[in-house]
Amino acid sequence: MEAFLQVVSVFSQWAIPLVILIIIVGGAVKRVPMYESFVTGAKEGFSVAVMIIPYLVAILFIIKIFVASGAFEDIKLVVGWMMEQIGLGQYRESLDLIPLALTKPLTGSGARGVMLEIFDVHGPDSFLGKTASIMMGSTETTFYILTVYYGSIQVKKLRHTLPACLIADCAGIAAAVVLGYFMYG
Amino acid sequence: MLNKIWFGLLLVGIVYGFGKGALNSIRAPEPVEAAQGESTPSQSMRGLEQMGKDLNAAALDSAKVSVEICIGLIGIMALWLGLLQIAREAGLVDALARSLSPLMRWLFPEVPDGHPAQGAMLMNISANILGLDNAATPLGLKAMQELQTLNPDKETATNSMAMFMAINTSNVTLIPFTIIAYRASSGSENPAEPLFGIVLVTTISTIVAVFAARMLAKSPRYAFPTAQSNNPTGKEEN
Repeated sequence: MEAFLQVVSVFSQWAIPLVILIIIVGGAVKRVPMYESFVTGAKEGFSVAVMIIPYLVAILFIIKIFVASGAFEDIKLVVGWMMEQIGLGQYRESLDLIPLALTKPLTGSGARGVMLEIFDVHGPDSFLGKTASIMMGSTETTFYILTVYYGSIQVKKLRHTLPACLIADCAGIAAAVVLGYFMYG
Repeated sequence: MLNKIWFGLLLVGIVYGFGKGALNSIRAPEPVEAAQGESTPSQSMRGLEQMGKDLNAAALDSAKVSVEICIGLIGIMALWLGLLQIAREAGLVDALARSLSPLMRWLFPEVPDGHPAQGAMLMNISANILGLDNAATPLGLKAMQELQTLNPDKETATNSMAMFMAINTSNVTLIPFTIIAYRASSGSENPAEPLFGIVLVTTISTIVAVFAARMLAKSPRYAFPTAQSNNPTGKEEN
């Protein structure tokens, strides 16, 4: 296992240098004027990044206000309490996963905090720790990504994007819990 | 939808914050009063004041963090867009797109074969699969720009954009390195154990994402505003 981890770690560090190597070797074969075309492409970086700012402010603003009001914390408590009431009491342990499921689409750093807390309380190799790892690894910070991507092209009407992404998130969370019980429960 | 969510979250946040702050200032000062023997008006308002302070800080913080994120993004964007330009001129992006064109045609029927959007989307999805978050964002933003060139209404998302975002936010991950690192640093005996589970679950959620995006695109509720009148090619409906 140690050796495998080492390989994964080395690969993850070398992936980007290898991609760059493939690109420049490919460019050399086709005789691309490399410095010039790099600069041509790189020029766009500034305008795209700056264009995102208003969209990002708009979305982080509402998320941060909502979290700061304490409403978010209380919703998590209420959902946990409701699950207990409808007879899911024997799964009480897994209620600790609910905060993670609710936090991840909104904030990545928040979700990381929740996951580390689960590791702290239950241990990373417990059923909860492993299930939390799967959940964390298989969901994304949906609101943030949608904002940045659509903000960069000034699209304001997202049509079915948000529901489609949230449905996929829910499916991911449900699959993570089922798989967690199946494999580690 | 986003308009309503925006208003709703802000309204709930501020009203709930006021309520909770008021509740805190009724409940919390009691032990302080008991300790000091008598209450002062400023103490009974402390909870409410603190909540106002928190909300203020949250609003200002959001503005600051947004700019920090974007400033950080400028350099990474420049780096990867520069490399992407070389890769494109070398024909590498086209080669990648051509090798997977049947899949891309099925997922994104609006995007014609050989369009730069295909290559950019594939580069983004590949970067996500390998867990290269730094590279994925610039490549994904480039893909969105290319998709925007095909968009008849520049303020509204196309089916391809929604499909791309759905795949992006549920992306298959082969090497979730950050999670392995967190597990290792929390003293796990087997940090890489959930790797298989993550691959399986992201595969499931990606399949769900593709079908959700497909199905919802057909719903009249989310119809493209100009699809009937201004889009004679009719590609939107396919």
